[in-house]
Amino acid sequence: MAASTELAEPVARRQSGLARTASAIALLRESPVGMIGAGIVLAWVLAAVFAPLLAPFDPNATILPFQRPGAVDPTTGKTFWLGSDKIGRDILSRIIYGGRRVLIYGPIATACAYAVGIVMGLAAGYFRGWWDAVLSRVSDIVLSFPIFVLYVIVISTFGASGLNIVLAIVFASAPGIMRIVRGLTLDLRNRDYVAAAQTRGESPLYIMFVEILPNARGPLIVDACLRLGYVTITIGTLGFLGLGLPPPDPDWGGMVNENRALAPAFPHMIVYPCLAISSLVLGLNLLADGLREISIRD
Amino acid sequence: MLIFLAKRFVYLLFTMLVVSMLVFLVLELDPGNVAQKVLGPYSNDEQRRLWMEANGYLQPLPVRYAQWLGNFLTGDFGMSTRFKVPVADILLPRLANTAMLGLGVLIVMVPLALVLGVLAGMKEGSAQDRTISVFSIATTSIPEFASGVFLVAIFVLWLGVLPGVSNMSSGFDLSQMVLPVAALVMYGFGYITRMTRASMAEVMQTHYIRTAVLKGVPARQVIMKHALRNALIAPFTVIMLQINWLLSGVIVIEYLFAYKGFGSLLLEAALNKDIFVIEACTMVAVLVAVGTQTIADIGYMYLNPRIRFS
Repeated sequence: MAASTELAEPVARRQSGLARTASAIALLRESPVGMIGAGIVLAWVLAAVFAPLLAPFDPNATILPFQRPGAVDPTTGKTFWLGSDKIGRDILSRIIYGGRRVLIYGPIATACAYAVGIVMGLAAGYFRGWWDAVLSRVSDIVLSFPIFVLYVIVISTFGASGLNIVLAIVFASAPGIMRIVRGLTLDLRNRDYVAAAQTRGESPLYIMFVEILPNARGPLIVDACLRLGYVTITIGTLGFLGLGLPPPDPDWGGMVNENRALAPAFPHMIVYPCLAISSLVLGLNLLADGLREISIRD
Repeated sequence: MLIFLAKRFVYLLFTMLVVSMLVFLVLELDPGNVAQKVLGPYSNDEQRRLWMEANGYLQPLPVRYAQWLGNFLTGDFGMSTRFKVPVADILLPRLANTAMLGLGVLIVMVPLALVLGVLAGMKEGSAQDRTISVFSIATTSIPEFASGVFLVAIFVLWLGVLPGVSNMSSGFDLSQMVLPVAALVMYGFGYITRMTRASMAEVMQTHYIRTAVLKGVPARQVIMKHALRNALIAPFTVIMLQINWLLSGVIVIEYLFAYKGFGSLLLEAALNKDIFVIEACTMVAVLVAVGTQTIADIGYMYLNPRIRFS
């Protein structure tokens, strides 16, 4: 793998968004691992977007229970490629639609956690003093707590709705993001361009969001990718514990939980949803690894 | 050193106080729920009111919290509404079971992760490094419940060599420990491996390692005598912090394998609004979390004389 020096050089100042995306993709092509990860993630995104076209059955329709993979539905003549579950819903269709749920709630929760964490981290790192002391102490407390203990208590109390799950994830992840942003800000706030902006008389808000934040994006993008994978695991695990998004819409973790008791006779009911979630997280983690490799090389 | 410990102890107490207050607030805002969970869905309002009166739930929230706190500090953890026994009677045996599970995980995971991490970090960028790195990313990508399901599918349903339930109904059985430990190790070791790898790779770049190599010290001795000591400082902290993660992991794995430990107790208590059990469990969790963090810090300073207590 030859490092592409012409791309690694500081890029021309004003590039269009499209050109920058294109050069980012070109960079990613140098990391085979990252490409595989991006491919897996893209496949799941496409499956989620085109779910109505791809799924052979309605994911919530009860058709024929206890079908093994490859069995044919006698009334419609369609095949249960991955079998059906205990109340007769097609597992392949549920997995495809289940991807929609994860790929909607996961990014929303991650983005919200980032919004909160970035604001906290910028404030703590830029203003320091009291802001830093208070915000750091709060995040220390949240982070010192085993996170699933918190999820279990909060969600079993307030009920398992999409909003509550997103809020719980934001509450648990924002402090970690805050720590990263704070560290980056403490470093960047001493740069010359920040001093220049201060001399120009820019407001702290402008300096934080226009001068500091864009320059901290590299590590944050890698972290966001990893965190999205972890949020996916969280959503799946909550479903598995019976605390996930409410039925009947398909949820990968929930599918495992519903059909767990029948696993000895019908392992396909729980193995395929597990494969689905594992492959998506694997894709995200490989992508993060590829991005990190590239960012280190630059 | 003493000042450091004292500071940590105050911090521990402060965290426990804040967390216990939050948990109380979250759970006790609507005690009618608790009555309903205890008496069942077919109880009427009058029965629930009587139950709440008998159990002191009609007093205002701060009063109830102060009562609980006072009892807790004197060693009375309250009665479990779910199990109908004092909380300590159910919590302690469960904690012992989880400690056993956690110990099993650490005994397997730590040597495995360190060896793999050192092997990968020794030659950064080599095929060996790439293989181990991708392998550890892959296992870390599988959520605990999914690794559990895969292991059950292979070793219980397909090969039929191990039991798939670990409830220890007929006394302690080592074979029932294998799969829960394996599932937790699978998810957890990747992180330590990657940290060890990074630390090892960094040490291998230092001047004193280059000097050792150039003066003709055998590669084996360079690794064992010179590199390892410094490379293992960072993983030590990570390993201590993994104990915190284990407390989350056991909730899932104990539920999956019906293992009677701390995690399944907490889950059952949370689903049944068993307030005193939840409070006691969270206090244990905070204690473990802050305790391991403190040990990690002390160990780090001990291992790395360049850092001093401040």
